[in-house]
Amino acid sequence: MTAQEVRTHGVDMNTLFQQHYGSEENNEISIRVENLNLYYGDNQALHNVTMDIVKKKVTAYIGPSGCGKSTLLRCINRMNDLVDNVTIDGKILLDNENIYDKSVNVAALRRRVGMVFQKPNPFPKSIFENVAYGLRIQGINDKRILAETVENALRGAALWDEMKDRLNDNALGMSGGQQQRLVIARAIAIEPEILLLDEPASALDPISTLKIEELINELKEKYTIVIVTHNMQQAARVSDYTAFMYLGELIEMGSTSELFTNPTKKQTEDYITGRYG
Amino acid sequence: MDSNKLGHHISEQFNKELEDIRNKVLIMGGLLEQQIDLAVQAFTTGNIEIAEVVIKQDNQVDEMEMAIDQECTEILARRQPTAFDLRLLMSVIKIVHELERVGDKAKRVSEMAIQLGGGNGKVTYYEIEHMAELVKSMLHDALDAFARLDLANLSQITERDENVDREYDNILRQLITRMMEDPRHITRALDVLWTVRALERIGDHACYICEHLIYIVKGEDVRHSTQHQLEEKINH
Repeated sequence: MTAQEVRTHGVDMNTLFQQHYGSEENNEISIRVENLNLYYGDNQALHNVTMDIVKKKVTAYIGPSGCGKSTLLRCINRMNDLVDNVTIDGKILLDNENIYDKSVNVAALRRRVGMVFQKPNPFPKSIFENVAYGLRIQGINDKRILAETVENALRGAALWDEMKDRLNDNALGMSGGQQQRLVIARAIAIEPEILLLDEPASALDPISTLKIEELINELKEKYTIVIVTHNMQQAARVSDYTAFMYLGELIEMGSTSELFTNPTKKQTEDYITGRYG
Repeated sequence: MDSNKLGHHISEQFNKELEDIRNKVLIMGGLLEQQIDLAVQAFTTGNIEIAEVVIKQDNQVDEMEMAIDQECTEILARRQPTAFDLRLLMSVIKIVHELERVGDKAKRVSEMAIQLGGGNGKVTYYEIEHMAELVKSMLHDALDAFARLDLANLSQITERDENVDREYDNILRQLITRMMEDPRHITRALDVLWTVRALERIGDHACYICEHLIYIVKGEDVRHSTQHQLEEKINH
């Protein structure tokens, strides 16, 4: 019911009030980080971080360089396992299962938790093959399934209309913004539950950035999204929850609207208002 | 909470912009205190020249409102402020609106002074002067608190509004009595009533400024609260 229809037809104002002013909140937890500590050699990069990440919402990590936000993000799909000399203690629970348990299959975990990086990294293959890649390595080669999945993923990443006639072109011929959306399509082709975005728009121009942000907004219908960004306004625009980190500690986490209008900690306030503490 | 909150940005220019906005609001407030003074003087002495000055100066008040609004809009667009800075700018836009309304009330009092042409019987003079003093001091203190971003005196200011309301009721009763005594007084009594009403509203606007100030400093929206709730939120 739009405001216009109300004016012309008249409706029950109470219902309308509920629709527009009431709040429905889904607070189901997708990821629970518990007392997470991470060391690069002797150097402690994360200090006892505990946080809940809500399902099908966008959570943004902000903070100055070196505060540990990317490190924390990479913990969620165990990307830090690939870094030498890293020690991690604490837990990250995904549906109540600790992803750092020895029994966990890391490849399976990474299928559930997709990741997109700062620089678009398409493979030097066709657009189609880029998106189909994840399925092929799972041994899925059925043409019909591949075609359907690729189309859905490209639609999901808002690329289908632009690219449907160019599926066999090399992905490296796309613009940076298109490449980044292609990488997102590749990530969602294998239907993960969670998408980790590490500064997905920092190498893009303002229009491509807005397209990515728009895409994030659409993707949260289906996926839980965690995004690291240096751009505070971007965090404010796209996220439902924001976590502010400083020197490896989680200083404050809350709803984005609350955190950007009335943060509780002085360090948060100083950072988001551009003051020196 | 010190007024230094405006400063300490990495951008020195931003500090200056916020400081400039605060100064402009205070200058506008100063002008309005003067407007109230002159309007009441015009009313109680029947001096039409003074009344005309007030009416003329109201244009300046309107221009100040628009200028400050514009400046706030520009800062919002260019700097995308957050937290305290955002609350400050949003509230300044509202505060200057309150001030502009105060200006309208002063103008109203002056118009009544002209309409009554001086000879308006003397029963209510003292009360009107007294009421004007009350609301003017409320506005003054509210602006003072804004200048220092200090909530310490706010609950006293809003409490004083109860005296203003009482005073208003007293004058209203007197005017009703006069109207009943002699229906020929009705037109004149109503004009006096509009004046008193305008002054009473100035007190309300001073209270609204206090509420906006609490939002700036505490981030809590206290509009439509009772005096008791307001005190609780200030001390929270």
